[in-house]
Amino acid sequence: MSMTFEKLKEIREETLNRMNLRGFPSDKPNAPYRWSVAICMETSCMSSKSPQIKQRLLDLIVRDGKENEIEVVGTGCFGLCEAGPIVIVRPGDTFYYRLDVEDIDRIYESHLLGGEPVRDLIYPESITDDGYLSYFEIPFMAHQERVALRSSGHIDPEDIREYIALGGYEALYKALVEMTPDDVIDVITESGLRGRGGGGFITGRKWRATQASPGDEKFIICNADEGEPGAFMDRSILEGDPHSVIEAMTIAGYAIGSDQGYVYVRAEYPIAVERLEKAIGQANDLGLLGANIFGTGFSFNLEIRLGAGAFVCGETTALAASIEGRRGMPRSRPPYSADKGLWGKPTMINNVETFANVPYIILNGAEAFKKVGTENSPGTKVLALSGKIKNVGLVEIPMGTTLRQLVEEIGGGIPNGKAFKAVQTGGPSGGCIGPELLDTPIDFDRLAEIGSMMGPGGMIVLDEDVCAVDVARFYMDFIVDESCGKCTPCREGTKRMLEILIDITEGRGDETSIPRLERLARTTELASLCGLGQTAANPILSTLKSFRDEYEAHIKEKRCPAGVCKALTNNLTKDD
Amino acid sequence: MVSHINSEERQKEIAAFERDLERIKDGRGMLMLALHLAQNRFGYVPSDVQRIIADTLKVPLSTVYGVVTFYSRFTLIPRGRCDLSICTGTTCYIQGAEELLKEAEETLGIKDGETSPDGNFSLSTTRCVGACSLAPVVTVNGEVHGRMTVQEMKKLLADLKKQYLSQPESNEDK
Ligand SMILES: Cc1cc2nc3c(=O)[nH]c(=O)nc-3n(C[C@H](O)[C@H](O)[C@H](O)COP(=O)(O)O)c2cc1C
Ligand code: SF4
Ligand code: FES
Ligand code: FES
Repeated sequence: MSMTFEKLKEIREETLNRMNLRGFPSDKPNAPYRWSVAICMETSCMSSKSPQIKQRLLDLIVRDGKENEIEVVGTGCFGLCEAGPIVIVRPGDTFYYRLDVEDIDRIYESHLLGGEPVRDLIYPESITDDGYLSYFEIPFMAHQERVALRSSGHIDPEDIREYIALGGYEALYKALVEMTPDDVIDVITESGLRGRGGGGFITGRKWRATQASPGDEKFIICNADEGEPGAFMDRSILEGDPHSVIEAMTIAGYAIGSDQGYVYVRAEYPIAVERLEKAIGQANDLGLLGANIFGTGFSFNLEIRLGAGAFVCGETTALAASIEGRRGMPRSRPPYSADKGLWGKPTMINNVETFANVPYIILNGAEAFKKVGTENSPGTKVLALSGKIKNVGLVEIPMGTTLRQLVEEIGGGIPNGKAFKAVQTGGPSGGCIGPELLDTPIDFDRLAEIGSMMGPGGMIVLDEDVCAVDVARFYMDFIVDESCGKCTPCREGTKRMLEILIDITEGRGDETSIPRLERLARTTELASLCGLGQTAANPILSTLKSFRDEYEAHIKEKRCPAGVCKALTNNLTKDD
Repeated sequence: MVSHINSEERQKEIAAFERDLERIKDGRGMLMLALHLAQNRFGYVPSDVQRIIADTLKVPLSTVYGVVTFYSRFTLIPRGRCDLSICTGTTCYIQGAEELLKEAEETLGIKDGETSPDGNFSLSTTRCVGACSLAPVVTVNGEVHGRMTVQEMKKLLADLKKQYLSQPESNEDK
């Protein structure tokens, strides 16, 4: 099928008219639903039985012939995954949490048939003296601003028409028909969008370099390897709004002159892969992918490639090697991917979240995007908040929000009356940020200044029960597992650092331990070939900075202040 | 071990796998996909299957072997019919994943990375399946079980043992 702007608008209006209960009022609603029930269908809620809840509700509706009164939508993540499975009833955005399958019967009878919300199933913090707060008004949502996650939770990610209803694929139309490739790159550059995969590289500059690189065959790659443990932003975008990535990659293809894209997804994400496959199929069917899109002569083909459990494959040159069917080992750069990437051809690699911002920027302009965020880090950042924190889940905040706001207000603080110890950002390449630095704004440069890094967006909160030395040991163990072994400083240096850390946690540390760690850290940083080795010592260096006394307690007093290191637990712990 | 089965069943599986390969063999960079297909179908990537892949995709056998051994999802020994995996990503680790692993190793009598001799159970660790909100997390044949405690792990293991040990062995010779 070939797509035209008229057809796109027709689908948009037709679909929007049946979505009017979801907060998108339309002039001529054609579906007289009384209620719209949104049920989260992402990995986390699905594992606590949201598909069964949905099925049971559908059965009840069919039993009573209420199909025209009640709409049921499987959506992407709402954010507060810890309260899953989440069901939201509209109008009112009433927030039901941690439901059992049978609970839906009561919601159906009381709320949907009788108009009376079921108080004891409603999220407690949304209950007020005179009613219920909407999901979007609960404390967890304070400070949040949704750009990359703009459609998640509102639309059914398995239905391209609902994506189109919210303006989906209009950015593609605008780019292909009303803009030149240079215009597209200019807007992306002006917006100041920086890579969300961790590095923070200016996206427009990368597009420009790949466009300028000579070659008649070029590639677009979406990096969905998301290897950082504790991170699930990219998984969520792919599961909740896969078309935003497809649309963006197609726009990128037009801008740099590529007709072939690959999404490299880690195999640990089966639901994301399935959704993406379905979405690509639907886009092809509607002529939004494939040959001659919008009759412009521009064609773009998209394929999925699976990783196979190697963290290093998130690095661009290793990723290309993996798609080519080789061992995923990085090579030295230059040449950069923009000149010699996949199969030696100019290649542009962006992260999932980076792409998810692109349609918004094309449609609304660079200025609209820059309204949010800080000068050098415009826009928002999606973060996966987990660990020892009350509100666990996915958040999207304007850049510049402080870590304190994130932990205390959005996150709701540390549970069980425990004290905050640190927030770990950037995974095995990042660091632990202690309480003295909590007022740091979250943006690329400010986090780098304090010796940590933004990283892809995993934010793991640690409380007083977590041992800083053990965390450093944990990450080093991870790195030793994942080092590809190609270069000696990383292969050997990380092993030696791990040995020293194990010695310290098992009571064999001595006065040479810390100086040896620091020396090895410097060598590994300076002499390693790729980012994995270059940043491998960060967890050690950052914990040494904030928690040096804890290292010393292990070494000098043979004592683990947090009571974690088993070999030392016979010695007094916990500030005794 | 299950790797020496030589039943008709296996011949059929091989034939089906060869048909899968035929479908993809002309694409570019198909080795990883071929290996995923093999791992999913056979539960591992045995050496005769590696040879078939090498011949069909026209890549050296040494390359195939090199790639299989590089990626942790491809294995040279068969995964069990029940493939239990404990997430040891950061969030799960600080929420007690080690205890769960210990419990599983003790109950199943196998270590991380091993398969039980009867082919029923295999045990592995992964580094984050993206369900950190439910940490600590384990997966059973890919299905996520969240908010695990040692108590619940005991129950899960008991259920799995009942389920997999009561079923008659599949028709594989040993
Ligand atoms: C060891 C290593 C692992 C990485 N893993 C990822 C990853 O999982 N996802 C990702 O988007 N970027 C990852 N990166 C960063 C990528 O190399 C690359 O910078 C990024 O995909 C570029 O996209 P962006 O500019 O949109 O951020 C990793 C880098 C290194 C060195
Ligand atoms: S730094 Fe480590 S992961 Fe990177 S190429 Fe060297 S050995 Fe491999
Ligand atoms: S997965 Fe359901 S709310 Fe996040
Ligand atoms: S750390 Fe275990 S699921 Fe993310």
